[in-house]
This record gives sequence, C-alpha cells and structure tokens, in this order.
Amino acid sequence: MSLIHFQVLSAALFSIGVYGVLARRSAVMVLLALELMLNAVNVNLIAFAAYGEQVQATGQVIAIFVITVAAAEVGLAMAIILRLFRDRASVDVDEVDLMKW
Amino acid sequence: MSLSLVVFYLLGAVCLGGAVGVVVSRNVVHSALLLLVSLMGVAGLYLLLLAEFLALVQVLIYGGAITIIVLFVIMLTRVQEFRAMKDNPQWPLAVVAALAMFVLLAAAMIKGAPSETTRQSVSFEELGSSLFTQWAVPFEVASLVLLVALIGAIVIAREGGEE
Repeated sequence: MSLIHFQVLSAALFSIGVYGVLARRSAVMVLLALELMLNAVNVNLIAFAAYGEQVQATGQVIAIFVITVAAAEVGLAMAIILRLFRDRASVDVDEVDLMKW
Repeated sequence: MSLSLVVFYLLGAVCLGGAVGVVVSRNVVHSALLLLVSLMGVAGLYLLLLAEFLALVQVLIYGGAITIIVLFVIMLTRVQEFRAMKDNPQWPLAVVAALAMFVLLAAAMIKGAPSETTRQSVSFEELGSSLFTQWAVPFEVASLVLLVALIGAIVIAREGGEE
C-alpha cells in the first residue's frame, strides 16, 4: 500500500462528487455531492501528510480547517435552502434564477 | 497482499460504493444516509493513514453534526417533492465531465507519484502544539468563520425577514 492508492481513491471520490454536483437538481443533493468532494480533498491532504519525507502536522492541520469550513458551509447552505423552500416552495436549483443575467 | 492493503480495498469499496449511492439514489433520505456510510469509510482511511485525531473529528463532525443537519432540513422541507425530482437532463454530459476529471487526475498522479511506502504518525501533542503555535492565527480566523456562519444562518433562516 503506497501513496498512489490513496491518491487514486481520492480522485475517484472527487469525480463522483463532480458528477453529483453537475447532474442533480435538488439543492440538498448538490450539497451532499459537495461534501464528497471536500472529503476527497481531505483524504489527499492526510495521505500526503502520512507519506511525507519528514513528520509534520501541516497536512492534518489544514484538513482540520477544511472540515471547519465544510461545517460552516453546510450550516449556511441549509439555512439558505430552508429559506428558499419557504419563499418558493421548491428546492430545484434550476428555478433559482433571480440573480442570473 | 498485505493485510493493510486488504483493509484499504475494503474501506475504499465502502467509500466509493456509498459515494455512488449518494449521487444515483432517487430518495434524498437514502442519499443522506449513504453519505454517512461513505464518510465513515473515509474515517477508516484516516485510521489507516495513522491520523487518529482526524478520524475522531470525522466521526464527530460528519456523523454527529452534518448528517443530522441534512436530515433535519430534509424533514423540514417536503420529502415527496424530492422523490419526484428528476436529474438534470444533461446528465450524460456530467458523466463525461466526471470521467474526464478522474482520468486527468489519476494520470497526473500516477505520472508524478512519489514512491514513499512508509507511513508516519503525527502524535496528538505534535498536532496540538502545531495548531496553537504555527497555525494560531488561522485557527482564530476559523473560529470567526464559524461564528459568522452561525449568525448568518440564523439571520437567513429566521421567520419574518425585514421588520
């Protein structure tokens, strides 16, 4: 087992997330796919931290920051989805075109 | 084949299987629960990478907080509407884009792969001291980000709006 295993796994996870973000129409589903992509990034970061030439905490610390931002993002996005549902009775991302020119 | 490689393939199958389930499932509740499966697989991978603290954080934040919030929102919005919702009609293009992304990433990674095979563990002490010395300012900024997100979420989701 070497670094490349984890790298290819994280690439696969990220690509599945890309598909989810592009293909789903429900805002909740898009958000779930986004979480997958963030996790793929974290796997990559921690794999590089574990297989690095010298022992250093940097990779894990940045992964902690990514998790923090992901938590903040989920909280905000869920608030926006709730508001959207209340105002428009829909969570279809295609129908949210108020700011589209 | 070494034991760790077997464990890696098992965890990888859990991760990728869960992830595929998330993006193809028609039912949004199933999607959210499959996301939990996939993320717990990722926590297992962190253990395999000797990052115990991150595995713990993963279980706590994703298993304990994020999945609950998602399920909460699914239950506050109408579930039957989600069920009827079809995918974007351009989904074949999304498949092509995702496959292209994977091929590109994997090719670049295999081409430039370093041949490291020994894993190193970062101790809790090391991680903590790094977080509170070298990364002290970003750490404080992260707390500010969480606070702003919290206030923003309350303001956005509040009943009533302007007064």
